[in-house]
Amino acid sequence: MGSYLDADLRLSRGDFTLDARLGAERGEILALLGPNGAGKSSALRALAGLVPLAAGHVRVDGHDETTTAVEGRPIGMVFQDYLLFPHMSALDNVAFGPRCQGAGKTEARRRAGSLLERMGLVEHAGARPGSLSGGQAQRVALARALAVQPRLLLLDEPMAALDASTRVEVRARLRHWLEEFDGATVLVTHDPLDAMVLADRIAVIEHGGGGEQGTPAEVARRPRTPYVARLVGLNLFRGNAEGTTVTLEAGAEGKAATVRLPEPASGPALVAFPPRAVALYAEPPHGSPRNVWRVYVDGVERFGDQVRVHLAGPPDLAADVSPAAVAELGLVRGKTVWAGVKAAEVESYGT
Amino acid sequence: MTTPSPVTAPNAPGRRLRARSGRAPWILVLPALAAVAFLVLPFAGLLISAPWPDMGQRLREPDVLSALWLSLVTATVATVVSVLFGVPLAWLLARAEFPGRRFVRALVTVPLVIPPVVGGVALLIVLGRNGILGSHLDAWFGLTIPFTTAAVVMAQVFVAMPFLVISVEGSLRGADRRYEEAAATLGASRATVFTRVTLPMVLPGIGAGAVLCWARALGEFGATITFAGNFPGSTQTMPLAVYMAMQRDPEAAIVLSLVLLLVSLAVLVTLREKWVNT
Amino acid sequence: MRETGPRAPVLAPLAAAAFLLLAATACVGDGSDEQDAREDRSELSGELDVFAAASLTDVFEDLAEEFEAQNPDVDVVLNFAGSSELAVQINSGAPADVFAAADTVTMEQVADDLGLDPDWAADHSEDGALFATNTLRIAVPPDNPAGVETFGDLAGDGVDTAFCAEEVPCGAAATAAMEGSGTDITPVTYEEDVRAVLTKVELGEVDAGLVYTTDVVSAGDRVEGLAFPEAEAGEALNDYPIGVLSGAQEPEAAQAWVDLVLSGTGTAILEEAGFGTP
Repeated sequence: MGSYLDADLRLSRGDFTLDARLGAERGEILALLGPNGAGKSSALRALAGLVPLAAGHVRVDGHDETTTAVEGRPIGMVFQDYLLFPHMSALDNVAFGPRCQGAGKTEARRRAGSLLERMGLVEHAGARPGSLSGGQAQRVALARALAVQPRLLLLDEPMAALDASTRVEVRARLRHWLEEFDGATVLVTHDPLDAMVLADRIAVIEHGGGGEQGTPAEVARRPRTPYVARLVGLNLFRGNAEGTTVTLEAGAEGKAATVRLPEPASGPALVAFPPRAVALYAEPPHGSPRNVWRVYVDGVERFGDQVRVHLAGPPDLAADVSPAAVAELGLVRGKTVWAGVKAAEVESYGT
Repeated sequence: MTTPSPVTAPNAPGRRLRARSGRAPWILVLPALAAVAFLVLPFAGLLISAPWPDMGQRLREPDVLSALWLSLVTATVATVVSVLFGVPLAWLLARAEFPGRRFVRALVTVPLVIPPVVGGVALLIVLGRNGILGSHLDAWFGLTIPFTTAAVVMAQVFVAMPFLVISVEGSLRGADRRYEEAAATLGASRATVFTRVTLPMVLPGIGAGAVLCWARALGEFGATITFAGNFPGSTQTMPLAVYMAMQRDPEAAIVLSLVLLLVSLAVLVTLREKWVNT
Repeated sequence: MRETGPRAPVLAPLAAAAFLLLAATACVGDGSDEQDAREDRSELSGELDVFAAASLTDVFEDLAEEFEAQNPDVDVVLNFAGSSELAVQINSGAPADVFAAADTVTMEQVADDLGLDPDWAADHSEDGALFATNTLRIAVPPDNPAGVETFGDLAGDGVDTAFCAEEVPCGAAATAAMEGSGTDITPVTYEEDVRAVLTKVELGEVDAGLVYTTDVVSAGDRVEGLAFPEAEAGEALNDYPIGVLSGAQEPEAAQAWVDLVLSGTGTAILEEAGFGTP
């Protein structure tokens, strides 16, 4: 691979082995997606130089960094729980990198200040990390990583430390910042939604090996393992929002479904919810504040202890239910059921 | 939209439950009270038997003040020395991989288990006028350590530094090393990581260790009297003065003990306040 | 024979009762001839608690063997410590039958009601029976690096001397020797006891130390002792008093012990250890 980031990561620790080839172009965001313990974080740490490679290489922008010490690599890293230095103000956290690179105290603080300003954190510059909200801390961590002017930005589960209510907003902001960054970004996540929304390319890492790689659409189109299939089996729709209702783009038969949102929005929007959020009913459910669609069963697949039910709509959905529910509802191809999703489970993004 | 939500639970039972679980169980309270009584009663005994009427006059005796001053100065210097040498040692024990590390750690704790008097004799054998190193110091630099204030400090460092090392090593092991990794990814050298990240983060541990170290140095008796001797003004610290007074006038010994206790309590409480507030 | 620290004075009332009983029987024995007395002695039994100055350790251990051979039913329990510490123990109610102190001042420190048995004192000596004397010697390392020969040499520059602290008898004796002879010596240290002075001399940390003749004898060839005339002056000479205590549980055995110490056997063993005898 002759790309901007060209890495061949091979290492083993105890009975864990990692063998993955990763590549990304300048300005691209590569998501490493996989279950916990699959080796995503090890791959990221290997890129950073925090764990040594047994074999392979790491090249960034044409330079071989394989044997460069951590502090010498052209990287910026955002850790899972951000690891902002608790004894320093937000400003000093951001100024830490430039100081280490030899900038004077005033210059380092000036650079840190302007980064915080761009991220809308000016009023929190003097705050200790302990008093920042999760989203603010994430932005400070991002600013700290960007302050060293890295060519490779590494993000380890950047959304994991946030509570669900702030995720949507923070994810959208993060995408905004990452689009401005002109190096390559590698993002580790176990959440397919993060990968789908944030990444230009996805590399699935399973059992220490690099599996499928490609654009989110490519990976979603042809899942090669049950894990990937379930992972990317996200219900993702395009539509137009008005108030708390999104009218989805019309399907093949020309009928348009609507989805109710927890928060009002307007304009073109992406709407997403995971298959496990979809509940199936034999009769139309009454009374609860959910989205309900009349659909019919298009196929039934088993994944581990769950069953994936493909439903034809509009909208076309996937639902994950228990084997007991399959038997109870008599879910066979062609059967008509009602699919319900609570508005609170639906996420939407402006496009 | 009219479905009642059955999940909401009334608040009151939860609060009552919390109140009950907040009360300490007697299986902890009784031993704790016994421990406090055991630790405090001897102090109360000193207070009761102190010769209060002529307290003021006894305190003005020049030997008392000079012994108190010497104690405070030497214990503080010993603590500073212990921090300067003990923190790097603690770092090596906690972080560096080298052969025989376990053995070195065991050696470091030896002063905790040997009787201080033996420690004092050992110091004499090494650093005394005829000692293994001391004889050379004497021959080359005309330097003799025993019976000097420097010897008092050395004896205190010998017995007190292990407390600091153990405390700081514990904090270093408990500290989240990922912060150090984060600093490294930002381009910090190992020295910078230590001074700007590790050190500030284990500061509470160093503080606690320094307090222990200072308290131990202040109370040091055996190694001091053996290695540094007993001479008013230069090597007679408070514990030595207390011991000597005990030989002739137990009441005077009680007065001196109370002074030492109150001064050290005052210092410790002040330091604690300072740390808790920052 | 056992050696032990003081025990809790729970037995004090019992001891008093036993004493009354024994005192009564002792009256019956009055007037019996020498032969009878010896037979009585061999019938002695029980536990005899002897409190003795630390400098008497070797002598009294030998005497205890002798005593137990003569009186198989008596268990001699020896408790050695500094004289003033023993006085504190006796004043605190520690069970003691006999007290042998290293100086007469310490004997007087024992409270009146716990001190010498008044009947015994009336028959023998108000301040206890003097059974030994101990004189100061200048102890120097075998090679005598400072070339000390006289007491006056210790006042010279470059001669490092260790004294006992004034609070303990050997220190008081040193002061008396200085005052008696008008010599002004500034030691480098006032050690807590005579053993500590000896250690400093043995290690060569000081050029000379003032200790007792008995200490020089017990140190063997590790130190050399120099006799000096100033040590004979009045109070520089230590008198060792012994006596039966009011609280004695075994007054007869106690008297037998005192007799043994004062006997020819006792004198021989004392002289062998370096004590003078009156």
